[in-house]
Amino acid sequence: MSTQKKELAVAALKNGTVIDHIPADALFEVVRLLQLADSEMQLTIGNNLPSSRQGRKGIIKVADTEFAESTLNRIALIAPTAKINVIRDYEVVEKRAVELPETLIDVVRCNNPKCITNNEPMASRFEVVSRDPVKIRCHYCGHTQL
Amino acid sequence: MQQVSTTFHFHNMETGSLVSIDNLSKEEILKILRTAAYFEEHPNQKILDGKIVATLFFEPSTRTRLSFETAVQRLGGRIIGFSDPAATSTSKGETLKDTIKMVSNYADLIVMRHYLEGAAQYATEVTDIPIINAGDGANQHPSQTLLDLYSLYKTQGTLENLTITMVGDLKYGRTVHSLLMAMRHFNPTFRFVACKELQMPEFYKQFCLDNGIQFTEHEDFNQAVIDTSDIIYMTRVQRERFTDIMEYEKVKDLYSLNNAMLETSRQNLRILHPLPRVNEINRDVDDNPKAYYFQQAKNGLYARQAIICRALGIDLPVK
Repeated sequence: MSTQKKELAVAALKNGTVIDHIPADALFEVVRLLQLADSEMQLTIGNNLPSSRQGRKGIIKVADTEFAESTLNRIALIAPTAKINVIRDYEVVEKRAVELPETLIDVVRCNNPKCITNNEPMASRFEVVSRDPVKIRCHYCGHTQL
Repeated sequence: MQQVSTTFHFHNMETGSLVSIDNLSKEEILKILRTAAYFEEHPNQKILDGKIVATLFFEPSTRTRLSFETAVQRLGGRIIGFSDPAATSTSKGETLKDTIKMVSNYADLIVMRHYLEGAAQYATEVTDIPIINAGDGANQHPSQTLLDLYSLYKTQGTLENLTITMVGDLKYGRTVHSLLMAMRHFNPTFRFVACKELQMPEFYKQFCLDNGIQFTEHEDFNQAVIDTSDIIYMTRVQRERFTDIMEYEKVKDLYSLNNAMLETSRQNLRILHPLPRVNEINRDVDDNPKAYYFQQAKNGLYARQAIICRALGIDLPVK
């Protein structure tokens, strides 16, 4: 029954983007990263929905908006399980996983308190040095984290 | 499982900036060393006539600043800048970006030292004039590495196939880390001599493995290690690095060198130290011809003259 409802809810979006399978504890971080608080589009945000794979998951639906691939890939670090559905005229025209890019700009903070990025109004920048497990290296101070 | 890559990427080659020793290829390193040798023979030249170099020292470092400023003066350039950030707009809350942009209006080159890590890299991204990193916190200090390389090159006649023993604080020692990485081009063999608390970090050992560099680790600074070394690079073991002061007391004298220990060492052996030293090299070593740490500091002048010329794109009559 609940599965049916969810499918109905997705189908009810005429045009837009659905970001599904977000880990429940990362949902609001994804909202922040995509700057949805400032969006004037119709938004549906659900969290702690039952998921057979994840236990609990979050979902975000944004009407009449398609994000650039690079924008969506920025969430890969905090929500690696997220799935993107692009809806056009009630149809899912594209379904894909998020993919960690080689460079992450202004996604995470450097955990070195003496890094310039934590002391100057500027964007952080990391290079991904390993994907499994994920390890990123600060472009500025060279510290590795995660 | 994927290995952590120990390759760095920097993107400031086009301006002649020098942020990290990893900016330089093997050929570029050798060219700087040949240029340093040229300046050792001809230290006073008017090739920076009309050029203004800004030395921005956001944290005091008298030794490095004097070395850079002497290098500029001996080449006929002029200097603006500060050695005490308390007297600048930084103390009023000006951002680094604004300071760099303002100084870029006046100078042809910026030599900067900063207490924050990554500051020099960031500076290269906000200006079109070249930046020379004279130390950014615990991160990089490439002119020190180049003077160390020049000291090896000068005393051994080559950088290839040397056995280098690093002694003391290998955990926090920025100079040994940078030297290790720069030597990857030259097939070195390393010996790491340190107590458990101050051993070479995993990252750098992995770097050696990734680059096919042989190394051994020793807790004991023994005669066999000394007698098979071409270079002994001593560093200071600092009390503040220890959480347990008893541990410091136990190990502080284990990693000190005296003249008697050098009796059976190789003829070509030279002792290096980034200075300042405390007790890790006994004063009785100072008069031994194998002691090289004071000349090493002097080599900094020539290495910095070469770095400045590279930054400004000045070609010199060297091969």
